[in-house]
Amino acid sequence: MNGSKIFIEALKCEGVDVIFGLPGGVVLKIFDELHQQSDIQVVVTRHEQGAGHMAEGYAKATGRPGIVLVTSGPGMTNIVTPLADAYMDSVPIIVFTGQVSTQLIGNDAFQEADNLGISRPCTKHNFLVRDVKDLARTIREAFHIATTGRPGPVLVDIPKDVSINTAEFKYPKKVNLRGYNPNHCGDKTQVTRAAEAISQAKRPIIYVGGGAVFSNAADEVKALAEIGNIPVDMTLMGLGVFPATHPLSLGMLGMHGSYTANMAIHHADLVIAVGSRFDDRVTGKTSEFCPKAKIIHIDIDPTSIRKVRDIEVHIPILGDVKAVLMELTQALKVSIDGRKKDLREPWWNQLRDWMDRYPLTYAQSDDEAIKPQYVIDRLYRLTTDNDPIVSTDVGQHQMWAAQYFKLEHPRRWLTSGGLGTMGFGFPAAMGAQRAYPGRLVLCVSGDGSFQMNLQELATAVLYKLPVKVAIINNHYHGMVRQWQDLFYEGRYASSYLSGLPDYVKLAEAYGALGLRATSPSDVDAVIQEAVHMDGPVLMDFEVSRSENCYPMIPAGGANNEMLLQDPPHLSPATKSLVGVSDDSDSVLTA
Amino acid sequence: MSVESVEREHIVSMRVENRSGVLARVAGLFSGRGYNIESLTVAPTLDPTISMMTIVTKGDDLIIEQILKQLNKLVEAISVVDLTERAYIDRDMAIIKVKTTLETRAEVFRIAEIFRARVIDSTNTMYTLEVTGTGRKIEAMIYQLESLGIEELVRAGHIAVAREPYGADTDRRSE
Ligand SMILES: Cc1cc2nc3c(=O)[nH]c(=O)nc-3n(C[C@H](O)[C@H](O)[C@H](O)COP(=O)(O)OP(=O)(O)OC[C@H]3O[C@@H](n4cnc5c(N)ncnc54)[C@H](O)[C@@H]3O)c2cc1C
Ligand SMILES: Cc1ncc(C[n+]2csc(CCOP(=O)(O)OP(=O)(O)O)c2C)c(N)n1
Repeated sequence: MNGSKIFIEALKCEGVDVIFGLPGGVVLKIFDELHQQSDIQVVVTRHEQGAGHMAEGYAKATGRPGIVLVTSGPGMTNIVTPLADAYMDSVPIIVFTGQVSTQLIGNDAFQEADNLGISRPCTKHNFLVRDVKDLARTIREAFHIATTGRPGPVLVDIPKDVSINTAEFKYPKKVNLRGYNPNHCGDKTQVTRAAEAISQAKRPIIYVGGGAVFSNAADEVKALAEIGNIPVDMTLMGLGVFPATHPLSLGMLGMHGSYTANMAIHHADLVIAVGSRFDDRVTGKTSEFCPKAKIIHIDIDPTSIRKVRDIEVHIPILGDVKAVLMELTQALKVSIDGRKKDLREPWWNQLRDWMDRYPLTYAQSDDEAIKPQYVIDRLYRLTTDNDPIVSTDVGQHQMWAAQYFKLEHPRRWLTSGGLGTMGFGFPAAMGAQRAYPGRLVLCVSGDGSFQMNLQELATAVLYKLPVKVAIINNHYHGMVRQWQDLFYEGRYASSYLSGLPDYVKLAEAYGALGLRATSPSDVDAVIQEAVHMDGPVLMDFEVSRSENCYPMIPAGGANNEMLLQDPPHLSPATKSLVGVSDDSDSVLTA
Repeated sequence: MSVESVEREHIVSMRVENRSGVLARVAGLFSGRGYNIESLTVAPTLDPTISMMTIVTKGDDLIIEQILKQLNKLVEAISVVDLTERAYIDRDMAIIKVKTTLETRAEVFRIAEIFRARVIDSTNTMYTLEVTGTGRKIEAMIYQLESLGIEELVRAGHIAVAREPYGADTDRRSE
């Protein structure tokens, strides 16, 4: 069997039914073989970056690895951003790159690039297959590595001759990687210590992140929270793993997290970190991160534990979230039994007080420009019954989506957190839509971000991927403008987006539907029409150009130092709240 | 658990798959994350599928902990041991070309003898010395020779082994 057929058979053994990619010289044989079979569909994109993010969206929504096939040289270099994105956010994708024939490697051959060298720092592992006899085994290993332990991207480089040469096809049942042992099951005594600490804590908080999503541990997180009556903060990557409308949910924490979520972690006496990695967008100033708390950290990756210099972890538990939480809740049921039920009443009183005083809010009046928050809020309210999957791009709109789109289930939320890749949202939504053709898939994008992969409109139309894109169009790189407002005295260096396309016409040019809303009264009608349409829709929401996203912890601030709205110099009209510091626990007035 | 923030030298001994690219992964990990490499050697072992790397690195406890974890995470790393935590024997080797004149020749020879170095080449104006020993010993010898005029110097980098099989920890340290 030739290498290209081996490739296809191996993917079939792994249950793959779709590949995202784009052909070129050295992978023509593989594409030719794919063309002659029907078990695996090829979604041909307009740019390799699009293919990479589609695979990520597919993987995030399903939990199964997303597959990419691209050519050597420029095909490979175009896939670097998705690889780096998937590496930062622990997304299992497997990228197959073509390579020049083995005897040409190293000769600066046509479209040669050092695919292994380029991808090494942004993959969990990578392989060059030098002999067709190794192809099946390598693919088996690639799937194993991408999907076990802390998931991540794997690249397999296939020289042209390897795709043509023949070998017997035998798909190994077992992988034999003596240096790779990603499974850790939480140490029993540590689990017992954790349970004891939890039952004694007066002000505990769960800080849950992406690891709980990857581990499919939503039920276990809920059990832990409910048994212990513990409030839950979610990271950007953890959104959906705990229901946003659950009474124990405080929403997202971090730089643009809710007031209560941030105050709660700052004042907690016990932080239970569950598959979260103490990112600087969450901790703020590390030396002042939850100063009064003991920390329990559950993580499958030893390098995540005690990575941040100033943050001491008192009870590290190395293991898979689901497995550890099952044990922990068991232990907790025993140790919490008979404790005073009202141990945490004061804590909950404090939390409720914060929630009541500083909820997430915005004000929309009929005669003003549309508020971006209003668009997200309406999108949420009008579609939540459909249990949609929501992707975002990167910027203010992403943060507003995180704040206002309340998700009840995991794997509904596709966003680029670690790398913060503009251009991620639209193709990621398409990948999820390909996995779930019948579901409603929304993409909240920005006028800047959308332009970074808008060519995939063609792919959406062609493959009938009816993604509904809501462009929060503020005519700016809004997040950049916000920082310029706050930290660069309002000098909008290079953040105004002149030359924006007419998004309605753009959609039409590709054969999609374009809709526009220019006043608050248009918003519902546009959303409803989009949702009821069969095909892909681009909704252009012309929103206020000056709106900033709050709460915000300025970089380097501690989690109890939040800006809740524009400081007075930005909007002279209605300044009262500037920042709230809990030292006085009062509102600073201008 | 007490964490020290004093920088110390550590010798890490690592068994890796004997494949091309592994060295690049290790080197890339150090450069990408801003860790120090003081020296690094790679050589085959009795098992042809395994190479042994000896890495001398520097950092405080937290950095060293991360380095060890990161190295362990490499798919091709079979075992990673911080020898500094146990009894070990380490050796470096140097080849040193020393300029000589009629007056200094005897002195160079004397220093070589003190450090049990061997003269492996000799011309009218030069001795070439070979010395093995701990890093400290070699540095001491270099220090003595420097005033006489070192023409060229090549060091092999550290190699090291634990004195007892892994697992049989003792508190003893070499030398
Ligand atoms: C513009 C912008 C603003 C942002 N603002 C915020 C903000 O306000 N708040 C915020 O939270 N984030 C914010 N982010 C995102 C932030 O940069 C990080 O990506 C995010 O905080 C990391 O989330 P996490 O801790 O859940 O870790 P993830 O990146 O999801 O990592 C998961 C962790 O879980 C571990 N893990 C994986 N699988 C398992 C398993 N099976 N069992 C156990 N552990 C496992 C991994 O080893 C890792 O340590 C922002 C990003 C952007 C682009
Ligand atoms: C590829 C890439 N380039 C640059 C940035 C830096 N950046 C972060 S947010 C942002 C502006 C995003 O603008 P837009 O998509 O319009 O969203 P908005 O903030 O206006 O909602 C930029 C340029 C980035 N995150 N990604």
